[in-house]
Amino acid sequence: MMSFIGNRSLASAVSLIGLIILVFFLSRMTGDPTSLYLPLDASLESRENFRRLHGLNDPLLVQFGRYVLDLLRFDFGDSVRKARPALDVVLAAFPWTLMLAAIAMLLVTVSAIVIGSLAAFKVGGFFDRLSSILSLIGASAPDFWIAIVAIFFFSVSLGWLPTSGTGTVWHWILPISVLFIRPFGLILQVVRGSMIAALSSAYVKTARAKGVKDRAIIFVHALRNAMLPVITVIGDQAAGMLNGAVVVETIFGFPGVGKLMIDSILQRDFSVVLASIMITATAIFVMNLLIDLAYAALDPRIRM
Amino acid sequence: MSQPQVRDDAPLPAERNAVAQVMAMLYRDKFALVAAFVLLVIVLCALVGPELVGDIAAKQNLRGRNAPPFSFSQGWSFILGADALGRPILPRIIVAARNTMLIAGASVAFAMFVGASLGLIAGYTSKITSQIIMRLADVIMSFPSLLLAVIVLYMLESSIFNLVLVLAITRIPIYLRTTRAEVLEIRERMFVQAARVMGASDKRIVLRHILPVVLPTLVTIATLDFAYIMLAESSLSFLGIGIQPPEVTWGLMVAQGRPYLANAWWLALFPGLAIVITTMSLTLLSGWMRTALDPVQRWRLEAGSKANG
Repeated sequence: MMSFIGNRSLASAVSLIGLIILVFFLSRMTGDPTSLYLPLDASLESRENFRRLHGLNDPLLVQFGRYVLDLLRFDFGDSVRKARPALDVVLAAFPWTLMLAAIAMLLVTVSAIVIGSLAAFKVGGFFDRLSSILSLIGASAPDFWIAIVAIFFFSVSLGWLPTSGTGTVWHWILPISVLFIRPFGLILQVVRGSMIAALSSAYVKTARAKGVKDRAIIFVHALRNAMLPVITVIGDQAAGMLNGAVVVETIFGFPGVGKLMIDSILQRDFSVVLASIMITATAIFVMNLLIDLAYAALDPRIRM
Repeated sequence: MSQPQVRDDAPLPAERNAVAQVMAMLYRDKFALVAAFVLLVIVLCALVGPELVGDIAAKQNLRGRNAPPFSFSQGWSFILGADALGRPILPRIIVAARNTMLIAGASVAFAMFVGASLGLIAGYTSKITSQIIMRLADVIMSFPSLLLAVIVLYMLESSIFNLVLVLAITRIPIYLRTTRAEVLEIRERMFVQAARVMGASDKRIVLRHILPVVLPTLVTIATLDFAYIMLAESSLSFLGIGIQPPEVTWGLMVAQGRPYLANAWWLALFPGLAIVITTMSLTLLSGWMRTALDPVQRWRLEAGSKANG
């Protein structure tokens, strides 16, 4: 088990380091770094000033060392637009995204497991048809478009839900629903597939021969064994949730990291972009580790 | 496609016959047939659309600003309404098809070429090379694609080329892993062993004996991936870090229509619908391909009975 976890976390750590190096070289070697950090209309003097202040005239290797040291101290510099440390800005936004993604992911997991299991139990039945339609929609419809159509229906036409912002519980319904759709369709298919495999195995036949009730067969006997591939996909999708969060937060005016990232790109606030990328990457790194631990806990073959 | 159970002395089916066979299989699955037809229309739009209706699509008509859809008073081009500058929506969708298809197509082709090449190498050569390649794939995969796109498109300018590059890189691992897994299994099969005994070179074995077996799987994945990349590109363009105006893609059209949602919903609705129809067709066609290209499953489409995969 230790070597499994070790291998997996090593891969994530390497990707984190790779990211750090990539960002450094992209930011220093493609044109003038001051044009990344400073607004486009910054004067030559302020650029030169910035250069001197941040040692941009030093050799590249020295700069790289300083950059890594800064990262290790979580010092990303100040936000140009907000005149606060970029880290503070990102940390203020992070809980919103975390909350949004966690609720959506929880709902996705529970409903995908229930509907997927029922679909697998009676292939070609009502739930099976329902799940294939839901998956097709989830795989084909762009989330930003669903969000816009949903706003048009539920907010503009019917006036049931607020169009954007935060404040009440009602504000959360549309963002979570939109975030829900894509991973739901994917996880649903995996649950269904691995459930069909589990239900045709010998131990399920034994349970059935003993007279165990259908519901107990699905949710007690088969589910635990069917969960392994599902956990992997849930892990992938949870990281992918961030992709969705960027879109959803931008559309619904949600003050999370995704919106922050896009806003700071459009406002050319490089320190904040850097900080939000690094913090999210670290969060994903931690989450992958947790997923691997869950995987090991469920599968005795890995624990050995 | 030749039939799997051809007798030794039977003549090989002619080329025309193979095409007819595929057509017949397509005809059996009505969903796939419709999907293939829709995709054909969209590809045609992408190929000749800008030349045919480019002028109409670019012409501003301030009297027709946000003209509502389904009215023939201004001619066929305004059937889906007009945008905030009075440009008709339908011709704009047709013109935008080219950029949308071009970016997705180029990304898929690039990702598939690089991924399959690396996969063949990783599957066929030494363990160390394989390990290095696979770890690289892990690194790319453990990272949300949008983050990578955000960094690269921020620092380099967001041109079509950079967009294709970023989208392709995030998809390479899919092809790489599939190819490698297949190669590991195929290289142990009898016909590969036979080729080796006959003294075929590694290059010949990989390109002439292994690749043709892997290719159908890759094409099936590519069809599905095309839809995925289209969605990714649309999202980026929608967020304002993908394609920049005056270039246009469907995702960008949705973004441009968004501010007018309350009084002109058609601006955002129809381009999005174009995306949905295309991706849905690709998904359905990919499902059909999976059956049609699999010799074990193919009977479902060849048999006269009703087939639904």
